[in-house]
Amino acid sequence: MDALILARIQFAANISFHILFPTITIALGWVLLFFKLRFNATGDDKWMDAYRFWVKVFALSFALGVVSGITMSFQFGTNWPGFMERVGNIAGPLLAYEVLTAFFLEATFLGIMLFGFRRVPGWVHTGATFLVAFGTTMSAFWILVLNSWMHTPQGFELRDGVAHATDWWAIVFNPSMPYRLSHMLMASVLTVAFLLAGMSAWRWLRGDRAPSVMAVLRTGVVMAAVGAPTQLLLGDMHGLNTLEHQPAKVAAMEGNWETRGGVPLVLFAIPDEQARENRFEIAIPYGASLVLTHRFDGEVPGLNQFRGAHPPVAPVFYAFRVMVGTGMLMIGVGLLSAFWLWRRGTLPRLLMWGLVGMTFSGWVATLAGWYVTEIGRQPWLVHGVLTTAQAAGPVPAASIGATLAMYLILYVLLLAAYVGTIYRLAAKASGAADPLPKGLPA
Amino acid sequence: MTPFLPADWLPVIFAGLMALSILLYVVLDGFDLGVGILLPRVAAEADRDRMIAAIGPFWDANETWLVLGVGLLLVAFPSAHGIILTELYLPVAVMLAGLTLRGVAFEFRAKAADLKQKRRWDHAFVAGSLISALSQGWMLGRYVLGFADGWAAAGFAAMAAVGLAIAYAFIGAAWLIWRTEGDLQRAAIGWARLAIWPMGIGILLVSAVTPLVSSRIFDRWFAFPEVLALAPLPIATAALLLGLGSLLRHMPLPGDALRRVPFWGAVALFALFFAGLAWSFFPYVVPERLTIWQAASAPESLTLILAGAIFVLPVILAYTFLAWRIFGGKARDLTYY
Repeated sequence: MDALILARIQFAANISFHILFPTITIALGWVLLFFKLRFNATGDDKWMDAYRFWVKVFALSFALGVVSGITMSFQFGTNWPGFMERVGNIAGPLLAYEVLTAFFLEATFLGIMLFGFRRVPGWVHTGATFLVAFGTTMSAFWILVLNSWMHTPQGFELRDGVAHATDWWAIVFNPSMPYRLSHMLMASVLTVAFLLAGMSAWRWLRGDRAPSVMAVLRTGVVMAAVGAPTQLLLGDMHGLNTLEHQPAKVAAMEGNWETRGGVPLVLFAIPDEQARENRFEIAIPYGASLVLTHRFDGEVPGLNQFRGAHPPVAPVFYAFRVMVGTGMLMIGVGLLSAFWLWRRGTLPRLLMWGLVGMTFSGWVATLAGWYVTEIGRQPWLVHGVLTTAQAAGPVPAASIGATLAMYLILYVLLLAAYVGTIYRLAAKASGAADPLPKGLPA
Repeated sequence: MTPFLPADWLPVIFAGLMALSILLYVVLDGFDLGVGILLPRVAAEADRDRMIAAIGPFWDANETWLVLGVGLLLVAFPSAHGIILTELYLPVAVMLAGLTLRGVAFEFRAKAADLKQKRRWDHAFVAGSLISALSQGWMLGRYVLGFADGWAAAGFAAMAAVGLAIAYAFIGAAWLIWRTEGDLQRAAIGWARLAIWPMGIGILLVSAVTPLVSSRIFDRWFAFPEVLALAPLPIATAALLLGLGSLLRHMPLPGDALRRVPFWGAVALFALFFAGLAWSFFPYVVPERLTIWQAASAPESLTLILAGAIFVLPVILAYTFLAWRIFGGKARDLTYY
């Protein structure tokens, strides 16, 4: 394999591993603040129990997010030196503001949040919890501003091939930023919703009847029931925004080859980029036109319009279906569980198991969504300004390959340790002797 | 160079900010990594936990200075960032693996199922700390020689790697002298005594080699009258080393007097050494190849970052100070309440 492909795989592997953890910490920070405030308001110990358990998951997720994030901050330079040389004047200040306004804030107050409970007054501890949650969200804001600008760049001019900022307001509030940011923040809410509900259902099924277990389960289910349908709406708006600015990406998502009206919504197919057609297509007539233009005969862009300059079709097409499919499942399970809890106050065992099965569904949907938008941007790194190939560095393929192997081994081990540790913490909190019942993922 | 044009003075300010972040990183994460390197010297579980507790609330914020340092290199001197990180591709990757192991081991060891598993994460913690320190020292050695190739350069880099690991062990021991008591403190005093002279030799060797490899640096150091202005640097370094060495022979003192002095002395040593290096290389950001003016990004972007930094850095320093106040004094057992 050549150095460019290896550099891309390495960066993709690192960013995929990294995003798992901020996706948890962004929303979990606010959930912890909610637990703390409920405890402050009611004095009910179950909220403090919930805080105590989930702050451990938070700390673990945060540590993994920090170390993989540091790796990423270096890989910008090691893997894509051309990126900073060409658009560093834009990307630089955005990254600098992330470090200055978010990283130090969360890192410093995390120490107080984790270890300061007995050393500081209660309000300082609550304040530290708030600042950590605020810091993680600020961090998401800046990085998504930069990412959105790479998709829909504006507010700059090119001088000798180097981008110079002309309007920072236009750069920060670029056209796709509000949609991408809200879609990502809601992805975090849903990831945490199903993590909370799934882990609590698992504890309940193991016989743990601590009051905090049902309280957390209820919190997760409400978040899922409200968040999942909202995400459908946000995703639709984001898709329409993408149609306006990156039509080739939407064409790949829909698996649509010809630009025309009355395009069907392809539910499943095997896109064949060589023959430029879909095999084994199952489709709803007029569906894509209706979704994308809100008219039956609306014109939808096709891939053949962008020959030679559109992203690889199959990965974008499949990832989009994984994301939407997982989202639909989330809506179904979320609403059903909420309804049952509202009417009966508890859940049937089958639904509990359903929640257990969906514990990490947020990760699946988030990763799939990122693949849609990031692979869908190819061959561009900064849309219309800089291609991925132009940004690659002169590092030999052997060095990239060797370090890629090292990172992959490390990430697989850490992911296994992470999931195993969370389940063990849950088992320990349940106070049971056997840490893992049969047939469950460790 | 005409002064007062933003394109002239902004790179100087950013070079200063970057140097400050890197110095803060080396001092702050230096003591974390040093404690990690020293961990295997202790067998008792309670003492190990106490050593980790002495750095637990700090390490994450400490490591953030590295992100700021490399981030400033990235945003202020993008072409230098490209050259340096391409030259140092492999040691950077090794360091990142080390920092990853070190950073997660804190959390995993606290949540381990049993002692055996906890010890496994302790090994990861020690290995991660040592790998990070060695690779950072290696990078320092490569940078000082302007990324020269060949066996002599590799030998120098290896020496710098070992030297920095020893220096980190020293500042780690000095931190433990301040933050622990009893047997552990006495052990830390012993480690500091062992590390201080090898560290002094390391400082001497790097200082001796730097002017030898570059006639420009040689002229800068030994030209008259600059040599008089620079003389305080080696004199203060020697005085500090001798003073600390003598103090360590008499510690612990009654009433735990002067417990902070080894740590702040180590900080001063690091700062002096760093100032010497900075003086040697200024105005080059890539030794002998690229000056800070050649490598700087557009003034408008730098102005925007500077405006934010002037406002935010004091806030960061203020809440860092707050955290140091909250976690001041001797380390106690670290519990998630």
